[in-house]
Amino acid sequence: MASPILSVSNLTTSFRVEGLWRPVVKGISFEIAPKETVAVVGESGSGKSVTALSIMRLTPPGSSKIEGSIKLSGKELLTLPEPEMRHIRGNEVAMIFQEPMTSLNPVLTIGFQIAEALILHRGLSRSEAEAETIRLLEKVRIPAAKSRFHEYPHRFSGGMRQRVMIAMALACKPKLLIADEPTTALDVTIQAQILELIKVLQEEEDMSVLFITHDMGVVAEIADRTVVMYNGQAVETGPTEDIFARPTHPYTRSLLSAVPKLGSMGGHTRPMRFPVVDRATGLSDVPTETSDTVAPASERPVLEVSGLTTRFEIRAGLLGGVKGRVHAVENVSFSLQSGETLALVGESGCGKSTTGRSVMRLIEPLSGSVLLDGEDVLKLDQRTLRDRRKRMQMIFQDPFASLNPRMNVGAAIAEPLIINGLATRSQAREKVAELLRRVGLLPDMASRFPHEFSGGQRQRICIARALAVEPRLIVADESVSALDVSVKAQVINLMLELQERMKLAYLFISHDMAVVERVSHRVAVMYLGEIVEIGPREAVFGNPQHPYTKRLLAAVPVPDPARRLEKRPVSNDEIKSPLRAPDYVPPVRQFREVSPGHAVMIWGQEWETQPAIAKVA
Amino acid sequence: MATYLIRRLLIAIPSLLAISLILFTVLALAPGDPFEELATNPNVPPEVRAALRAKFGIDDPVMVRYFRWLAAMAQGDWGFSFASRINVDSLILQRVPTTLFVVGSSQLLALAIALPVGIYAATRPYSLFDQIANTLAFVGFSLPTFFTGLLFILLFSIYLDWLPFVYRSDIAATGWRWYWEMLRQAIMPITVLGLFQAASYTRYVRSAVLDVVRLDYVTTARAKGLSEQKVTIRHVARNALIPVVTLVALQMPAVFGGAIVTEQIFRVPGIGSLLISAILSNDTPVVMAVTFVFACLVVLFNLIADLLYGWLDPRISFR
Amino acid sequence: MAGSTLASPSAEPAVAASARGVSVSPARETWRRFRRHRLAMISALVLGMLILGVVVGPFLWPVAINEIDFSAQLQGPSWAHPFGTDDLGQDILARMIYGGRISLAVGLAAMVVATFVGVIVGALAGMSRRALDPFLMWVTDLFLSLPQLPLLLLVIYLFREQLKAVFGLEGGVFVLIVVVIGGLRWMPVARLVRAQFFSLREKEFVEAAKASGATSWRQMVHHILPNAIGPVIVAATIEVSSAIIAESTLSFLGLGFPPDIPTWGRLLFDAKDQLDVAPHWAMFPGAAIFLTVLSINFIGDGLRDALDPRRVI
Repeated sequence: MASPILSVSNLTTSFRVEGLWRPVVKGISFEIAPKETVAVVGESGSGKSVTALSIMRLTPPGSSKIEGSIKLSGKELLTLPEPEMRHIRGNEVAMIFQEPMTSLNPVLTIGFQIAEALILHRGLSRSEAEAETIRLLEKVRIPAAKSRFHEYPHRFSGGMRQRVMIAMALACKPKLLIADEPTTALDVTIQAQILELIKVLQEEEDMSVLFITHDMGVVAEIADRTVVMYNGQAVETGPTEDIFARPTHPYTRSLLSAVPKLGSMGGHTRPMRFPVVDRATGLSDVPTETSDTVAPASERPVLEVSGLTTRFEIRAGLLGGVKGRVHAVENVSFSLQSGETLALVGESGCGKSTTGRSVMRLIEPLSGSVLLDGEDVLKLDQRTLRDRRKRMQMIFQDPFASLNPRMNVGAAIAEPLIINGLATRSQAREKVAELLRRVGLLPDMASRFPHEFSGGQRQRICIARALAVEPRLIVADESVSALDVSVKAQVINLMLELQERMKLAYLFISHDMAVVERVSHRVAVMYLGEIVEIGPREAVFGNPQHPYTKRLLAAVPVPDPARRLEKRPVSNDEIKSPLRAPDYVPPVRQFREVSPGHAVMIWGQEWETQPAIAKVA
Repeated sequence: MATYLIRRLLIAIPSLLAISLILFTVLALAPGDPFEELATNPNVPPEVRAALRAKFGIDDPVMVRYFRWLAAMAQGDWGFSFASRINVDSLILQRVPTTLFVVGSSQLLALAIALPVGIYAATRPYSLFDQIANTLAFVGFSLPTFFTGLLFILLFSIYLDWLPFVYRSDIAATGWRWYWEMLRQAIMPITVLGLFQAASYTRYVRSAVLDVVRLDYVTTARAKGLSEQKVTIRHVARNALIPVVTLVALQMPAVFGGAIVTEQIFRVPGIGSLLISAILSNDTPVVMAVTFVFACLVVLFNLIADLLYGWLDPRISFR
Repeated sequence: MAGSTLASPSAEPAVAASARGVSVSPARETWRRFRRHRLAMISALVLGMLILGVVVGPFLWPVAINEIDFSAQLQGPSWAHPFGTDDLGQDILARMIYGGRISLAVGLAAMVVATFVGVIVGALAGMSRRALDPFLMWVTDLFLSLPQLPLLLLVIYLFREQLKAVFGLEGGVFVLIVVVIGGLRWMPVARLVRAQFFSLREKEFVEAAKASGATSWRQMVHHILPNAIGPVIVAATIEVSSAIIAESTLSFLGLGFPPDIPTWGRLLFDAKDQLDVAPHWAMFPGAAIFLTVLSINFIGDGLRDALDPRRVI
């Protein structure tokens, strides 16, 4: 190995919490060679982001301390005086962050924000800096770069803002780029573009990259070497191929076993649990397919949705006239059998969550019908609707927001029972204890408050609350998306077990293709408010027809470094918005049946003109 | 931006109309006939009394009276002051510049203190400076202006005898001495009002800056290698000012309230002290007009705040 | 595992709870944080003593407030008159104890009025999804841009006589001042409550309650209000001090309570022309107002830290 660009040894970063120094990073060491990409991977709270900030010495000065050694090309950074450290930041080491929506100053033009670094470190004049900035914007493939120089960040989408951040980072040709979860907040097709861009630019600029992420798929996609962090320590370090092929540490093994691998479900028709790995020994059980839970087609479906349409009006201007409509859900139809899981997948703005809420009638749809056991939910009056709601329940995305902080867990779970008059207070107490046990928690936790539980536990509590009224249908809106990989696997296993025992029907809303492949019987792909493809999971994933389905599947990073070299087409498109002019009339769509139950929307010209291979590469 | 401004203006006009309606309703609901007292007031000549009664058409329905009053106000016919025996509009016009001078200077003083102190304290949270500034700010806005005014008079006029405690509009001196005397008599009212506002503004600035320094783009700016000073001025301060502008605009009614008190203590001949003396002498047309002028000033300053807001925040034109 | 009765157990440790062994309710957590704010604790003590002083003061210092003694005019503090006397030889301590009751009562009563109106208006606006909200907010903004002190002065100037006839001298002015101060100061509370309602009603736990069949009323009472109440308590606390200042200002301008009801502001008004000979006359009531307002503001600050919504939700 050539002499390293960055060498971190025995790095310990502590924060002062209520007067005590609490270490968050505990003595980690690693090196990055020139032109190498090293990934630091770990779950939330593992200390990976703090490691990145420590290298830049950007942790809050009063309440944190950094010990150990960080050498950049042999120069010790931790003892450097602040003015010299400033010369390193943005010049020799640059950084991009997780949240593109908040990483740019909203009141300054993007041109100014990039030029600022050029003027500071390279001593360019204003006009030189402007010319150079435009060159950089072109380099990160921002269309019409020149005209966008004077625009403010709110005019840019998330992906475009992340490109601006990359341009800013590249401004002074740094030796090392630190990317702290740069694609986590982005949709999967945009993530693929940004990863591709970072790879290309790394080659062009001869940079080293330190890539912080929680996503094993991204690691496999991009990293030469990998550092696995757990609880502030580096538990395993090595070439990425080795880590994936022969993980030695039990934690790494449990992490990898919990990662769903897209394409690993070929040959299976039913959902499959995640293997359970013992954290201490690293031994794993072998999961099997779940038993056949789906009610036969002769039975009436639990849920029949047809022609569901939900639109939001955008009012603006002096008189508050309708300036446009968001066609969030447009003529959506599907049905769901008892014991079946139908996944709604798509990227942000595709209307999958709005569909779920419209089915629950948490949002009033414009038209269509939602039959629950043959009864149209949309036609019910408020009183009957409240009564019918016990047959369908919802589990939400954010486990921190879905429990009332002022209500103890027992009261939260008992509330649906009390409201619907299904139990007296003492009966409810027993029921709560049983429900807590059923979701893998202890009955005596009922008297505790939500803030005393972790994210995964809260999600279990939410599941218990939903189960209290013994519903037939559960709408799970991104219910596992906010959870760490291993917790996610546990919660999914729980949901699958409950489905087997209670014959629950799930409407599983998710953006995560790999999770969807694992848990669903059938899949519906949504794009701009419409279902473009629907069918049995195996058919849609194994034989995708619609160009959008193909694009979506191609963009998912696969946690298998061996498959990295498979060249996948990456489009350079931004995600379109379902916002339309007030006079927009949605076209009448035709569907074609590919195989029994697998239908695809017949698409028009706009999909044919797509370039097959990325412009980026 | 243009539509934004027009919209703000269009909102301001109904507000002013509603305020005038509230004022008029209060007056109309008042028990008895406020002009009855004129009969016993020897200062008012009978013909003026008769003209007034005719003009206000005491026996007409309320709405008719309101529109007539509104029309008269809009045409600049603001009535006649019984106490001062001149037209209300010229009386107010004489007094407004003094009030604006005192209020304006005190606001500048307040911001000149609050901005640096608030920003400096927030960039070093829980430091000694921050704690002292914070405590002083609490003391500052817990001290009512009427008490600080008396304390100042006691200290600077009575014990030290440095400053005059009566504000005179007819200073006998000329040239630079006039300015000197003017300054000397203006120091206390401006400082009393300014310090009180400075205390609350410091709190606003501090908490706004504290909210901004935690944001990602400030870390981005630091990661670029900018010095702390540049980060604070370019990236923190301007963003922090956006909520401060709103809060300062909300304070405007309180500022003019404070001006009334200070004018009364130091006998500054502005519209605030005019209001008090008019109330004490039952001079209804003046009371109504001054209250309405105060309302207009508040609305005007809110408009200025909206302008500032739009200038500070480029996202405004987008909404 | 498949087939066993227990679901896959949660592998994560229960955070915090297991470490401390006992469950901590949000209310207890709030009290724990409040106690850590040293100035707020001291202020609570000071305010408690002030309240105690004005409540039991007349029994410990039974001097009539209107006992005129021309032999003891404008005297400084002494054993006979700890706070000195005024121009009629009346005992200032006794007058302050009496006036303090009124000042504090006005502050509390006006706060109740303002908070009540504010919570009602804010909750109505916050729960409405149609035209009611823009209208209520327009009214709120309108009231916010009213020149409050001039309007207060105007209303009191116009209505004082009539209320005096209905409620008696003291009662009339009291009711008038409380209603007018409260009626002109509810807007911040209304805005706060509305903002809280807007953010809370989109929270998933409220949607979850709705999805379980909870009525709007239940959503509001059980889920939204308990979580919105923290900032309202803080605002209400600050409201007490604002109301005390407003009342003192009115009295100081000679337009609040009449001279025979010596509220602290009124005492200052009477004292201001004798500042050169009897500074004590102004100092004691001024200091009382300052101390009360300061301690209430500090308590508000302590409550703000303790009830910080960012730490609860």
